[in-house]
Amino acid sequence: MTSALGEPNAITIGWFLVFIALSLGITVWASRRTRSTDQFYAAGRSVTALQNGLALAGDYMSAASFLGIAGLVALSGFDGLIYSVGFLVGWPIVMFLIAEPLRNLGRYTFADVVAFRLRQVPVRIAASVGSLAVVSFYLIAQMVGAGNLIRLLFGIPYEAAVVIVGAVMLGYVLFGGMIATTWVQIVKAVLLLGGASILALLVLARFGFNPLTLFEAASAKYGATVLAPGRLVTDPLDAVSLGLALMLGTAGLPHILMRFYTVPDARTARTSVAYATAFIGFFYLLTFVLGFGAMVIIGREAITGFDAGGNMAAPLLAEGVGGTPLLGFIAAVAFATILAVVAGLTLSGAATLSHDLWVNVFRGGHADEREQFLVAKVATILLAALSIVLGITFKGQNVAYMVGLAFAIAASANFPALVLSIFWRRLTTAGAQASMIIGTLSTVLLIALSPTIQVDILKHSEAWFPLRNPGLVTIPLSFVVAIGVSLLRPVPLEEERFRLAARRLHLGVE
Amino acid sequence: MTHAASHTHPDAPLDALAAARWRVAIGLTVAMMVVYFGFILLVAFDKPLLGTVLTAGLSLGMLLGALVILIAWLLMWIYVRWANAHYDTAIEGMRR
Repeated sequence: MTSALGEPNAITIGWFLVFIALSLGITVWASRRTRSTDQFYAAGRSVTALQNGLALAGDYMSAASFLGIAGLVALSGFDGLIYSVGFLVGWPIVMFLIAEPLRNLGRYTFADVVAFRLRQVPVRIAASVGSLAVVSFYLIAQMVGAGNLIRLLFGIPYEAAVVIVGAVMLGYVLFGGMIATTWVQIVKAVLLLGGASILALLVLARFGFNPLTLFEAASAKYGATVLAPGRLVTDPLDAVSLGLALMLGTAGLPHILMRFYTVPDARTARTSVAYATAFIGFFYLLTFVLGFGAMVIIGREAITGFDAGGNMAAPLLAEGVGGTPLLGFIAAVAFATILAVVAGLTLSGAATLSHDLWVNVFRGGHADEREQFLVAKVATILLAALSIVLGITFKGQNVAYMVGLAFAIAASANFPALVLSIFWRRLTTAGAQASMIIGTLSTVLLIALSPTIQVDILKHSEAWFPLRNPGLVTIPLSFVVAIGVSLLRPVPLEEERFRLAARRLHLGVE
Repeated sequence: MTHAASHTHPDAPLDALAAARWRVAIGLTVAMMVVYFGFILLVAFDKPLLGTVLTAGLSLGMLLGALVILIAWLLMWIYVRWANAHYDTAIEGMRR
């Protein structure tokens, strides 16, 4: 099959330039409104529920979920739905347990909440370990994905693509802070939802606007197995472990949690999750249609011909049903998707470095506004440089597991301490600290010993630890450590302060 | 604070509201987990069942997967409705 994919053409470059111009325009506008730390990290807490819902969706729907899940569906049918569902079900948990307390108890990072009634320094150091680990692994996955994708889509060399993504993203975050990041995420979410909807409509138009006719055509072409669970889930324990990490990891991702500080109050935070989940769920349902569309219209052989992992299924489908203009549009959307996610990650990493570590650990909470603002910008530059270095270092390596790793650390290191600090009055500093450190270390250690690293990457015949995702072990471990350590040495003062935290959790800042 | 004194404590209405809020939140969380892990365990343990074709182009597994997404929306709708109607009103009353 011949395709314009990978050959820069006027239409692709045109869409690409339109997006860059639009987002730089937003940055210039946002930079005039970014004069304080509150504006830099939290957009002045003036984002509306619908805006934040779109931005949350823009932060969460990565290129990996757009191109990866469409590809997975195109190659294996039903199995893609397992991931779609897994990535969605964490959102109700975010709404029921996390969003409102977070908004009322914190300022910029989730560590604000855990440290609220505990000792600042130990809690923030431990929370930073977990946060930075999540952000780093997620950044590696995004940057390597970006390099490969842009090389495939535009024919630009890998290293150049990584540097372009790092530099453009740095521009947004450094000058426009959270205001620019929010609007880039909103624009990206609208483009992605719009692009995927148009694509799905064009596909469904060929099947009488009935998805079932499309699925039927797929099973006629490749057999009824495409409608049934396949090889993705073989070991039940592995399936539950992955499910647990996807579900609880969503509620522990620092860049997602940070978005709840951009809204004015808890009620807006709650409503914004409802919007986000509606958009994300709709998007995953569309992705399922696109995957089957690519399977039937483009064919598996043609898709794997461009990329063995199936990542080019959606762009090829765009070309198949809409010609080069639609291909160019979808390629530009994929690029915007990467930029928005990387910008969100960088901003949350910068908040951890400057707000948690510099201001509250090194300076003991005594840093004036000017210093906080400056350190935030220095941290942003450091993280952008780090993301470029990581992207180039991991060139050509299999980093698909790193998204799973980031979710597993978020679920094991961040989620237990966060949820216990909100619900359990007897949690102590030592308990929270031990839980976050052990959650991070045990997850990294068990992934290193898992079949993912030992068998797939190091090519050993077997692995020491049987599960591909360690969540089933590390999440309960982290809860047990937090509870055990806290009960072993109760701290009455920290327990007394729970009442203060509870008042503020419900009533907000009085 | 002892339990016996709680009904006279000025925070007693807030404590009651907080307890109600967590009952709703935890109940809905458990419901979501049961639905999701039920789906995952079916995928893991009974693939042929989920592969059952209900009508041309639709398998039981696809229907259940879409239902999990719909149920997630439904549970959130229940929570938002409850929180907007009861919780927010009560909090507003306490602020005054």
